[in-house]
Amino acid sequence: MSDAAVAVTGVSKIFRLAKGAQTVALEAIDLSVAPGEFVSLIGPSGCGKSTLLRLIADLDQPTGGDIRVFGKTARAARIDQDYGIAFQQAGLLPWRTVAGNIELPLELHKVGKAARQARAAELLALVGLSDVADRYPDQLSGGMQQRVAIARSLAESPELLLMDEPFGALDEMTRERMQAELVRICGETGAAVVFVTHSIPEAVFLSDRVVVMSPRPGRIRQIVDVGLGSAGDRSDDLREASSFFAAVSTVREALHGSPAAETVRGVETR
Amino acid sequence: MGRARVGRSSAVLLGALGVVLLGVLWELYKAVGPATGVVVGGVTVLPRTSDLAMPHLITMFTRLGEPVTATSGSPVLWVAVLQASAFTLGLAAVGWVVGVVVGMLLALLMQRLRTAEAALLPWIVLSQTVPLIALAPLVAGIGNQIRFGDARWQEWMTVAVIASYLAFFPVSIGALRGLESPDRAHVELMRTYAVGWWTTLIRLRLPASVPYLLPALRLAAANAVIGAVVAEVSIGLKGGVGRMMVEYASASSGDPGKPWAPIFGAVAIGLIAAGFIALLGVTLKRYRRGEVPA
Repeated sequence: MSDAAVAVTGVSKIFRLAKGAQTVALEAIDLSVAPGEFVSLIGPSGCGKSTLLRLIADLDQPTGGDIRVFGKTARAARIDQDYGIAFQQAGLLPWRTVAGNIELPLELHKVGKAARQARAAELLALVGLSDVADRYPDQLSGGMQQRVAIARSLAESPELLLMDEPFGALDEMTRERMQAELVRICGETGAAVVFVTHSIPEAVFLSDRVVVMSPRPGRIRQIVDVGLGSAGDRSDDLREASSFFAAVSTVREALHGSPAAETVRGVETR
Repeated sequence: MGRARVGRSSAVLLGALGVVLLGVLWELYKAVGPATGVVVGGVTVLPRTSDLAMPHLITMFTRLGEPVTATSGSPVLWVAVLQASAFTLGLAAVGWVVGVVVGMLLALLMQRLRTAEAALLPWIVLSQTVPLIALAPLVAGIGNQIRFGDARWQEWMTVAVIASYLAFFPVSIGALRGLESPDRAHVELMRTYAVGWWTTLIRLRLPASVPYLLPALRLAAANAVIGAVVAEVSIGLKGGVGRMMVEYASASSGDPGKPWAPIFGAVAIGLIAAGFIALLGVTLKRYRRGEVPA
């Protein structure tokens, strides 16, 4: 299936440590993300969810297996700028204004000045930050910085967004607001998203499917179909709905393994 | 957090107050201190207060307005000092520029190649332990073997080289730290944009290095001034404030105010150099914003 946004087949990743020791970070990972689909990777620390995202982004290379992004190798997709990325740290350049930060990828890829400014204005409106376009990152709150980072990841209208715990450093209220906003933005842009998190409610609220992973070696334990409706139907009311809680329970049970079975350490269930 | 910030105008005021305080202290000790100096257990810990050892401030300043020597046609002292200071400042500036260029190139090389860092860094540190006095004749000797076409090695070039030798060190160390200061997230972001080392350097590493570079440039400027003055003395180059200090010091027995004139000149050079870096800092202001708390 070459038209999948992301197709991961039989991927493994082994980190070699000093003195011949090694850690198996990922083992036998198979995952396919359809265009426009929102997929979350969830699991305890050390389950390799961030590693998997980095492999898709071609920030690291798999030890075995194959990764295709829109039918291309991960490397080709990176060079063709087929994805936008956002990390836990907003990672804005402190010497550039908010608009300047959003324009950075466009500037690096030789987009004309007028087009750049128009696109930045568009994205600032999308993330609701038009009035702070000329401010510098240090004048913004953490949540605002993260919104700028998301706007920047959308700058080149990618069909795929890779997000590594982008709301991990935010407080709970900001976090929920940002989640609602992300749902809206994804609805408007139609991009596929691979979203790494360790918050169950966050994964459930955002995703079409939640990929539950287990650690050492990192494997996919279960893929939960959330199916809470399309982006347009999802609002904050959903957080109170019984279907939401049912999905949260399903993911939690998947995380902890079949009720009586193995114990998983370090699961955060916020 | 940290110390309270001092406003710009009050900072200038405090600086001026410091200078005045120093002058008052000088005159106060001269007035009340014993003529033979303060001696503790046979060691003189504070100088003699005679007019020869510690001339009045007013003597130093009025001397500036008088001719250099009694011979007719001799220029006024402050004009002579000004000329000598300008000459030395020029040498220090050449040394600074060469030192900054060399220091930056070394830092770039070390950032690019880890092996270069391992190979070069110890030598860069070691280079600063060579005494300046030993270096001057060496540079002059090597320089005299060099000819660029018809142009020959000039003595002032020796002085500039020594100034640059002292100036490059803080720049190479500071720039290396600065170039390696971007977060991993920033470096990886540039990688996701599929841009190469050069673009990453221009767009990320160089701007990020500014907060590390400015103090290094300031140190380099101070070092270049010291290097120029000491090198002038050491190779006996005429025309600069360094040589002037040695010449005037011999006159101190009969003319205690005179040796202070070139010292004021050296202070002025240092202030101009520091002022230039401060100006540079102002133009680079937007690269000096604190790291983003994300």
